[in-house]
Amino acid sequence: MEQLSRRRFLKISAATLGAGAVGSQVPVVSSLAMGTKPPAGKVETIPTYCEMCFWKCGGIAHVRDGRLWKFEGNPLDPMSKGRLCPRGTAAVGTHYDPDRISKPLIRTGERGKEEFKAVTWDEALDHVAGKMKKIAAEHGPESIALWKHGTGSRFFEHVLRAYGAINKGAPSFAQCRGPRDVGYLLTYGTGLGSPEPTDIANTNCLVLIGTHLGENMHNTQVQEFAQAVANKATIIVVDPRYSVAASKAKYWLPVKPGTDLALVLAWMNVLVSEGLYDKEFVAKYGHGFDKFAAAIKENTPEWAEAETGIPAATIRATAREMAKARPAALVHPGRRVNWYGDDAQRARSTALLNALLGNWGRRGGLFLQAGMKVAGYPFPKFPEAGKPKLDNPDRKWPFADEEVTTGLREATITGKPYPIKGWLVYAANLNMTLPNEKETLEAISKLDLLVVVDTHPSEITGYADVVLPDTMFLERHDDFYVGWGRQGWTALRQPVVPPPGEQKPAWWIAKQLGERLGVGQYMPFKDMDEYLAARCEKSGIDYAKLKKEGILMGPKTPITIEEGAEIAFDTPSKKVEFFSEQLAKAGFDPVPRYTAPEKAPDGHFRLVTGRAPVHTFSRTQTNLYLRDLMKENEVWVNAETAAKAGLRHGQYVKLRNQDGVVSGRVKVKATQRIRPDTLYMVYGFGHSSRMLKSAYQMGASAGQLNTRYKVDPLMGGTSIHQNFVTFVKEA
Amino acid sequence: MIEITTTRHNPLVEPVLSVWSWEIPVYLFLGGMIAGMMVLGGLNMLRIIKGERAESFYSVQTPVLGFVLLNLGMGALFLDLAHKLYVYNVYLAFEPTSPMSWGSWVLILVFPVLVLSALIRLPEAWPWLGDRVPALRGWSEAILARAGLVKALAWLNVLLGIGLGIYTGILLSTMVARPLWNSAILGPLFLVSGLSAAAAMVHLVASLVPGHPAPRGFLSGALAMLVQPLGAAPPDAKTSVSLVKADLAFLAVELVLIGLLFVGLASSSASHVAAIDLLTSGKYATIFWWVVIVAGILVPLALQWLELGHRIPHTILPALLVLAGGFALRWVMVGAGQASHMIAATGM
Amino acid sequence: MARYGMVIDTAKCVGCMDCVVACQTENDVPFGYCRDWIVTETRGEFPNLSLEIRSERCNHCDNPPCVTCCPTGASHVESFGKTVQVTADKCIGCKACLSACPYGARFVHPDGYADKCTFCLHRVKEGKDPACVSVCPTHCMVFGDLDDPKSAVNQLLKSRKHHTLLPEAGTKPRVFYLT
Ligand SMILES: Nc1nc2c(c(=O)[nH]1)N[C@H]1C(S)=C(S)[C@@H](COP(=O)(O)OP(=O)(O)OC[C@H]3O[C@@H](n4cnc5c(=O)[nH]c(N)nc54)[C@H](O)[C@@H]3O)O[C@H]1N2
Ligand SMILES: Nc1nc2c(c(=O)[nH]1)N[C@H]1C(S)=C(S)[C@@H](COP(=O)(O)OP(=O)(O)OC[C@H]3O[C@@H](n4cnc5c(=O)[nH]c(N)nc54)[C@H](O)[C@@H]3O)O[C@H]1N2
Ligand code: SF4
Ligand code: SF4
Ligand code: SF4
Ligand code: SF4
Ligand code: SF4
Ligand SMILES: [Mo]
Repeated sequence: MEQLSRRRFLKISAATLGAGAVGSQVPVVSSLAMGTKPPAGKVETIPTYCEMCFWKCGGIAHVRDGRLWKFEGNPLDPMSKGRLCPRGTAAVGTHYDPDRISKPLIRTGERGKEEFKAVTWDEALDHVAGKMKKIAAEHGPESIALWKHGTGSRFFEHVLRAYGAINKGAPSFAQCRGPRDVGYLLTYGTGLGSPEPTDIANTNCLVLIGTHLGENMHNTQVQEFAQAVANKATIIVVDPRYSVAASKAKYWLPVKPGTDLALVLAWMNVLVSEGLYDKEFVAKYGHGFDKFAAAIKENTPEWAEAETGIPAATIRATAREMAKARPAALVHPGRRVNWYGDDAQRARSTALLNALLGNWGRRGGLFLQAGMKVAGYPFPKFPEAGKPKLDNPDRKWPFADEEVTTGLREATITGKPYPIKGWLVYAANLNMTLPNEKETLEAISKLDLLVVVDTHPSEITGYADVVLPDTMFLERHDDFYVGWGRQGWTALRQPVVPPPGEQKPAWWIAKQLGERLGVGQYMPFKDMDEYLAARCEKSGIDYAKLKKEGILMGPKTPITIEEGAEIAFDTPSKKVEFFSEQLAKAGFDPVPRYTAPEKAPDGHFRLVTGRAPVHTFSRTQTNLYLRDLMKENEVWVNAETAAKAGLRHGQYVKLRNQDGVVSGRVKVKATQRIRPDTLYMVYGFGHSSRMLKSAYQMGASAGQLNTRYKVDPLMGGTSIHQNFVTFVKEA
Repeated sequence: MIEITTTRHNPLVEPVLSVWSWEIPVYLFLGGMIAGMMVLGGLNMLRIIKGERAESFYSVQTPVLGFVLLNLGMGALFLDLAHKLYVYNVYLAFEPTSPMSWGSWVLILVFPVLVLSALIRLPEAWPWLGDRVPALRGWSEAILARAGLVKALAWLNVLLGIGLGIYTGILLSTMVARPLWNSAILGPLFLVSGLSAAAAMVHLVASLVPGHPAPRGFLSGALAMLVQPLGAAPPDAKTSVSLVKADLAFLAVELVLIGLLFVGLASSSASHVAAIDLLTSGKYATIFWWVVIVAGILVPLALQWLELGHRIPHTILPALLVLAGGFALRWVMVGAGQASHMIAATGM
Repeated sequence: MARYGMVIDTAKCVGCMDCVVACQTENDVPFGYCRDWIVTETRGEFPNLSLEIRSERCNHCDNPPCVTCCPTGASHVESFGKTVQVTADKCIGCKACLSACPYGARFVHPDGYADKCTFCLHRVKEGKDPACVSVCPTHCMVFGDLDDPKSAVNQLLKSRKHHTLLPEAGTKPRVFYLT
């Protein structure tokens, strides 16, 4: 544990205020006659938006006597409403994190051995550009692929596209919200994107299927969830685990993992058979309702009880609660819905359930996202792409509307239809993030070049040929975040403090690389300040004001029918597709059909994952504040199950999955808060990178155990909850 | 069925409070012992005034030893402080509600009393010094000549002794937050335990350094001075016997008080009941049962009983055991007491 | 003068620990230490469960044993808001107050003095809420004057069921938990 007093610590890693930074100067009232020394010093406040996760809340950084002091919410920002989540608040602890990468590195040992030599930026960039040119010469620029997650990837994508490297992938689709967006796209003609247009604040009945708000700290939604609780909205939580959200709910349905679709079908069956659904909405906007109604006829609560373990009476009661509250009843569409490989259909079923509640574009339901226009930068046109992308060959996954990461990985392994020889990985810890690390490593073994642009020496960096240290978000400019929500807005990211070491901002690295690749003309500006100023200029935005306030709100437009908004659906039928011809044509169930999950082998339990409020995936375990609050994850085991297995609360065990993969040691949390047949572990722990000193081998990695996965035939999403594990007791 | 989790992770506070290690037990033990010595010494001085034969009673006075032990005790206390440079603040304030404040001030008074008491016998106790600094003899006689002064000193010894002894217990017992300490018995218990430790100590040193004639060498003299009975005579049989008897009594009472402590806790709140286990079955149990109760009380009781009956020869073993037991009592109480905490009675 | 207190709505609190992080950054609380922390209490047996989540800190007790036991007056009741404070330069680090507090609210700062929640008086004096209160994403904490019947804290205490921690300790805590 870090014993060093923070005051002293700050002295050690002293840093002075960034040049670009501006803001108001507020001297803190000097110390009170009160002992335990209150903060004192000259304070400068600089607004920027957060990237401790991808919610992108607006915040205000406080720099005291030239040192980063604290990061608070920006009251002008619609996402944070002046309050950040614990990870955002702890951003300070990432800036000061001693485990960050501080110099460009070039591999000296074998891949994965984490042996590097520090080099200058010129050496590193020349090396990368040289290798890329070689790959482009031998195979074409398409053979270089980009892995990306987060705002900073913006200009890498830009530069690589300019260079002709068209292949890319982000885990946020096939490993996250992809199935949901496809499910809604098929039903309403539009995905939901981020942030989801859920009017949680005004709903009278909130249904959470999984979605563990309060542990999932997507800030705005947690704030609204608390409002819903305060408003005494009827909350229904479906979760095999007694989540925090479940503890606030009127109904907790401890569903058998993998059977949610049965539950949703039964709910719809009740709404239809009891005539409780929104007939007006269905009549006006519904397509193929009768075929739909016929298809779910058999899915009675009694039938679902046998599948889900939820009493038929409870299923009826909860369905009626929803009906009572509609249209201000909301079934949360979910976010990380990639659980079982049939997730797009489950997502579609919740889309249909929402349709029966008639909550599209309604107050307390799903509102219509509003945005704002910000002019783009006048870039030169990209050259024509030489070859097609290869992540989804001949639309193997017909309804994927974004790149499929595992498709890209597969193509890298097979070299078909054409080889992938270079990966540039920006802010995605592929070893943990993608299912079955073995395949990721196999793909890496095919590469002539693996460049990782990261802030931390995460697992993927251990395999990199070249590691390029990025600044963390408080130390860099990025492009604007133009957000969609109840009202559009634009958020500015600007540097608050300089990086502690030789780290360089993502945009700078991309620009340097572009110049070396001979596509410098595609970033024809000196720096981001110039770029952002130009965009503001063109859009008639007062850049100086934006620098001071950090947030610019767009026009207020109606977002619900109550406010006078019009609704329309961009599906083939231009209606809400209860019955989907496109799915039928492609050979899939036009109305979601339930198939039971397979049983766990004897002595095995289904392992499911989720979030801890104080960590983001695998990226915050070394954060100086967050690691004190949660330094390792635990495996949740039902108390009776634990007793039967002879496990004590707090003892360390390892987990072995069906493929013989054994996890690191992890503490047993023997608890009543989970089903006897299910184990739960927070994702992102159990780091195997020795360079992450304070996180190395702390807890177990759910990613490592995710070796068996199903692929969603509709859109290529990969499952995460299809692994069965058993205990390996520690000596 | 309740599952409780906390994210608190402060050193010395989690998982159980452990702010005090060996220093405070040492301080409490020595404090109690000094208190005992002062009471015994004081009582004897009173008897002298009543005109009884001085030597034998003086011989059980060891104020110089007390003076030295006091410094050791205060030293231990100082070592425990986390903000040492600011220690002077204790004497910039008197906090009437703070036992620790009372204790600090009592200790300040104890010093001069011990010095004066020592002065009475210094010249004889340390002839080497007496010969060279005749003035000391003068003072010593001057004090002895004034019965009133001796009487006052005697009473100061007794009263401050009792105060100091009880304080070592009150310091802990006032803490409602620590159920194991939170008992009115603790003050008397520590006082009596202090008395028995004192008796044992005096007994011990008297038998270790009966030294007559008093050594006149610099070092030997200095050592002897700590404990040297006044005059050429060792404590007479009567005195020794009375010491042993006293010790028997103290040990017996101590045993009873410990019993009462348990009865008190057992008949109190859930938190107090739970606290008992910390002593009787927790990680302190072995030391409590074997060192405090058996070796520290029962065995010496038995041995000294037999000694009185002349069934076994007189040895220093009982004294050593009593001292060990006395320290173990403080150590166990301080350790287990910190670990004891209040349990929410009201369901939340 | 005001008598400050805090009311925390356990029905809203999600245990996200934001209040803990905000306190650390705001008050330069050393790494490895905390002035506030989260306690969860799960009752019942699967699947009939209840969960109370509490953000705990110094209760700024009306009857503070940490103050009465302090030999130097370092621990004292500050006239401003009748809050319990520690004057570092008077503290000798004897740790009596750590033992005397039934709530484990205090710790020894690496610099040697007793430290704990100050109710962010430096912010309150500027008219702001304490850091933990103003960061809370669920708005479940309310800070205010318990002596002012019209204050938000009193309104909540009037209208909602609530409890304090270890009332039997006789400390009269001023952090209240709505249930
Ligand atoms: N603090 C924090 N917050 C985050 C993130 C983070 O890293 N840290 N990440 C953000 C991102 S990118 C995403 S995608 C979201 C993910 O957050 P969510 O979208 O809420 O993720 P889910 O997988 O829906 O929720 C996990 C919950 O589902 C339950 N569950 C597991 N299996 C099943 C099942 O078969 N059926 C049902 N009904 N429930 C099940 C688990 O017990 C757990 O409570 O979180 C976002 N918010
Ligand atoms: N087993 C399992 N797998 C999962 C999930 C799960 O719950 N369980 N969740 C899935 C979901 S929902 C998602 S969204 C994905 C998330 O997948 P990822 O986005 O890959 O999540 P992280 O593990 O945080 O990896 C992020 C990497 O970016 C680095 N990084 C952080 N900030 C910066 C920065 O500012 N600049 C640069 N250059 N690098 C940075 C971090 O050090 C880390 O190496 O994971 C998916 N995979
Ligand atoms: S949700 Fe938290 S981590 Fe994510 S952007 Fe907002 S404040 Fe930052
Ligand atoms: S910040 Fe608010 S919601 Fe989060 S733990 Fe603290 S009190 Fe609870
Ligand atoms: S909570 Fe503890 S530290 Fe705070 S005032 Fe009460 S007793 Fe003192
Ligand atoms: S540690 Fe400091 S504040 Fe606490 S009681 Fe001792 S002197 Fe007082
Ligand atoms: S009031 Fe201030 S000092 Fe106390 S816990 Fe909250 S933030 Fe920390
Ligand atoms: Mo995600």
